Amino acid sequence: MADIAFDGPRGPKPRRRLSGRNIMIYGTLIVVALYYLVPLYVMVMTSLKGLPEIRLGNIFSPPVEATFQPWVKAWAEACTGLNCDGLQRGFWNSVRITVPSVLLSILIASINGYALANWKFKGAEFFFAVLMIGAFIPYQVMIYPMVILLRELGLYGSLTGLVLVHTVFGMPILTLLFRNYFATLPDELFKAARVDGTGFWGIYFRIMLPLSLPIFVVAVILQVTGIWNDFLFGVVYTKPEYYPMTVQLNNIVNTTTGVREYNVNMAATILTGLVPLLIYFVSGRLFVRGIAAGAVKG
Amino acid sequence: MAKANGSGRPSRLFRNLNAKIAAIPMILTAMVVFVGFSLWTVVYSFTKSGLLPRLDFVGLIQYERLWSNTKWLISIQNLVVFGACMLIFSFVIGFVLACLLDQKIRFEGVFRTILLYPFALSFVVTGVVWQWILNPDFGFQSIVRAAGWESFTFDPLNNGKIVMFGVVIAALWQGTGFVMVLLLAGLRGIDEEIWKATRIDGVPAWKTYLFVIVPMLRPVFVTALVIVTAGIVKVYDLVVAQTNGGPGISSEVPAKYVYDQMFLNQNLGQGFAASTMMLVTVAIIIIPWAYLEFGGRKRG
Repeated sequence: MADIAFDGPRGPKPRRRLSGRNIMIYGTLIVVALYYLVPLYVMVMTSLKGLPEIRLGNIFSPPVEATFQPWVKAWAEACTGLNCDGLQRGFWNSVRITVPSVLLSILIASINGYALANWKFKGAEFFFAVLMIGAFIPYQVMIYPMVILLRELGLYGSLTGLVLVHTVFGMPILTLLFRNYFATLPDELFKAARVDGTGFWGIYFRIMLPLSLPIFVVAVILQVTGIWNDFLFGVVYTKPEYYPMTVQLNNIVNTTTGVREYNVNMAATILTGLVPLLIYFVSGRLFVRGIAAGAVKG
Repeated sequence: MAKANGSGRPSRLFRNLNAKIAAIPMILTAMVVFVGFSLWTVVYSFTKSGLLPRLDFVGLIQYERLWSNTKWLISIQNLVVFGACMLIFSFVIGFVLACLLDQKIRFEGVFRTILLYPFALSFVVTGVVWQWILNPDFGFQSIVRAAGWESFTFDPLNNGKIVMFGVVIAALWQGTGFVMVLLLAGLRGIDEEIWKATRIDGVPAWKTYLFVIVPMLRPVFVTALVIVTAGIVKVYDLVVAQTNGGPGISSEVPAKYVYDQMFLNQNLGQGFAASTMMLVTVAIIIIPWAYLEFGGRKRG
């Protein structure tokens, strides 16, 4: 409103809202966005319908009579093999796998990244390069020797074994993340602390850690989604009673026996995707930073 | 006090010791798991290992069997089709979307959030959802038919000839947002002056993008390419969840072949040989890139 007081046009010429260019840009983006949202919409709609309604209607129509029965069934009653206690078993297994894996991998990788950034020693760069290139080796190449190692350690088939596997394979990306972050912190800080007589661990816990909370949050996001979404390690290194949620979802949906309950399947699918989705929508930009960390060196 | 304070030899040794202790997990991971385990698998791929690994060398027999196995040949063929489609479409679509989002538009955050959310979901979830959408009796095909086009047929998951395209559709939905985000980050790093210069010269925007911006984004493109390609070679859970290799064996992929041979068919030697081939494939992609990345310049 204050603009009226000025006696001449200032600033750039205002763009027309409905130029052909804008219609094209927004039109394309809206169409693409709808395409991206369709699967989520279909999942939710299907999970709220009864089986008879699914058989009659189409997957896009909203439920005539919404029911939460499929959700209850997916969570507490769906069968995988002989167990009929639903996805809740997989959910709690995934929690018991994810929490220690995330904590352990981040602790180890952050200290390692700190050592690489601030306490360079001879050979460190070599091992780091091997680690980085090793990150591209297909897991299938290392999967069986790892079975042998875990068997020798008496950890094959246990949750601890799987936590160890996640810690090992999470190392490259996390080390890169922390090393690069610590390298951007001002060197003077580190030097001042050393002049004051603070040692390796002291500097890590009292200076680096408090200064680096954002990067720890990024690492947690990265690891929670990565480990929660893992399928291969879960299926190889655990036994059915410890199967994580993704493996159990696959077993529920792709079972060949009995009537296919599409609504229960979709409810189970949403439940499995819920944790990473929540993290994604809550964390926003930090999630983007996490996935870009490995690619665009920060 | 003297140990931490001084700059003499002994204290330096002590200081390095701590850093070395901190790096032990990394050294073990790099040397034992990445190097050691990979070498182990390569060595055992030349043996007769069946149910258990045995050092019973038989030369190249496992590889001969591998390359005369129909399931493996189909796996490789599928991987090529899947990989080519994924690379072309995820980069073309990803780049176009990144450019559209870079036009100083409103609600950029909303669009970006929507385009990236599938990337937060697991391949298993992705596979299961698209299995349902592509279901011929209730999904996409039935809807188009109900809308009046009754001869419409699109049933990739039950048609061996086009099943991989059904998998590609799901994979694109999951992964294109990632490529877009990387390229968008690259676009944001481009100097505003470039745009001013081309505008003054009267170069149309699409030409600027194609001939000025794309070459400038080369490093971002290469990095994204390497990451996406390494992911393509590993594709496993998506196929297991969406088609489980079917119909028949028409959507088998190498990673699944390895798993099946090792853990279902008790044919370890075959699994080792197949995974070694996967390693070779990745090495062909990674080594030139790593050479440019690590060897070409000093890293800070």
